[in-house]
Amino acid sequence: MKHLLSLVFFCSSITIGCAQENSPAIETPTTSNYTYETVVDDINIPWGMAFINEKELLVTEVSGTLYHVQDGIKTAIEGLPDIYVRGQGGLLDVALHPDFKNNSILYMTLAATLDGDAGGNTSLYKAKLVDKHLEEVSLLYKATPNTKKGQHFGSRIAFDNEGHVYFSVGDRGNRDENPQDITRDGGKIYRLNLDGSIPEDNPFVSNPNAKHAVFSYGHRNPQGMTVHPKTGAIWVNEHGPQGGDEINEIVKGKNFGWPVITYGINYSGTTITDKTKAPNMEQPFYYWVPSIAPSGMTFSTSGIYPEWQDNLFVGSLKFEYLERLVIEGGEVTKREKILDKVGRVRNVKEGPDGYLYIGVEGKGILRIIPKE
Amino acid sequence: MKVLLTAYLVFVGFVSLHLFQNKTKAESIEAGAEIYQDFCVQCHLTNGKGVSGVFPPLQSSDYLLENVDLSIAGIKYGLKGKIIVNEEEYDGVMNNQGLDEEEIADVMNYILNQWGNSSDDFVTQERVSQIQKSILE
Repeated sequence: MKHLLSLVFFCSSITIGCAQENSPAIETPTTSNYTYETVVDDINIPWGMAFINEKELLVTEVSGTLYHVQDGIKTAIEGLPDIYVRGQGGLLDVALHPDFKNNSILYMTLAATLDGDAGGNTSLYKAKLVDKHLEEVSLLYKATPNTKKGQHFGSRIAFDNEGHVYFSVGDRGNRDENPQDITRDGGKIYRLNLDGSIPEDNPFVSNPNAKHAVFSYGHRNPQGMTVHPKTGAIWVNEHGPQGGDEINEIVKGKNFGWPVITYGINYSGTTITDKTKAPNMEQPFYYWVPSIAPSGMTFSTSGIYPEWQDNLFVGSLKFEYLERLVIEGGEVTKREKILDKVGRVRNVKEGPDGYLYIGVEGKGILRIIPKE
Repeated sequence: MKVLLTAYLVFVGFVSLHLFQNKTKAESIEAGAEIYQDFCVQCHLTNGKGVSGVFPPLQSSDYLLENVDLSIAGIKYGLKGKIIVNEEEYDGVMNNQGLDEEEIADVMNYILNQWGNSSDDFVTQERVSQIQKSILE
């Protein structure tokens, strides 16, 4: 009888545990071997950043300013295309062409109206940075249709080693129509050649009705993207509904399930679906319950932080820390808060000097430095 | 002449009725609920309680209920820096959400009359249009 009782207790504690949060639990270290210094301050929402070299970087502010930063001084770059600023939309990510040193080309994602209905949707632009202004600004992709909805523009940019640019577009507040339909934009990871043309081996090019730039689908709102330093795979994190934020390793042509499967529920507490698994839909590499509101993502590869080598770093907008995730044997084995209560962490990147840089709302860009 | 004047007044009345908001308070609140779900709920949550120390509450919020004009300005121009809400300090950033004046009026009427909040203030589009950024300074 005693055994039976403990068995019942054991089972129910497992059930409750699963429903409430996903392991491993977040840890708050009691001592820290690192601190931070401010690289540039007074940027409301430092959405994207890209390093030109060890001294210069570009930072986007979501309401529509692209800053050049050097020695803590920021200068607004001129010549940006028109930006649709509404809700979560605005100037989003910035990234440098892999051969930027020779061609000065950068890529930006931003919300734009252009033609069509009132409202906006996410677009990918390419431009040449000449001194402190943009030249040869060209539109590579514009998601349609425009909508006045405020949510889920995405968007992050990353490059693989094979001449492709990847970017994300969120479901634009239309989860019932966009993410599962490859003939519509939204809720997708896209892949283009660096010149903006469609790669011949993109997964849906043989379907005449599909959006041929689509690389994977069934996403909600991906706002973190990086390349795995060893495998070269594209890693993405995305905001789930309440609960159910995800990390996914992107695979060509795959369906990542939103909104048919999810570990999250509506903000109102009502359920979206009772399914967390389905045939032909990918399981996340990791999912966060409760949600941390992830934004930005990078691996630490430099060895500057010996204990953090090859760990994954993700900003938490909701809980205002940088999250360190240790990955061993293909799974997350430890999660830890770095710079707890530092503010809403919008972005994290590894700089060319090997340090981790974070974009914090209301502050600017901070560099994490080991204590002497 | 009298007929002309009457016609003129009727015309002006008609035009201003359509130029300015002619929604009832109930209609404005209803429209505001939709704006809230679209632009505000991620941070301030469905229950309007926000997240302690990070996103200020709207439910029973002294800041909101006692500073209607300041709250309008916060939505219209964005809000940054320290504010005290129900004796708790918040030091974050709320970006300008790109809402038009009518949408701001609607969402104000919604949050002023939701979750047990209630306000005799009826925020009109015209009132929103008159709020200057300088009141935030």
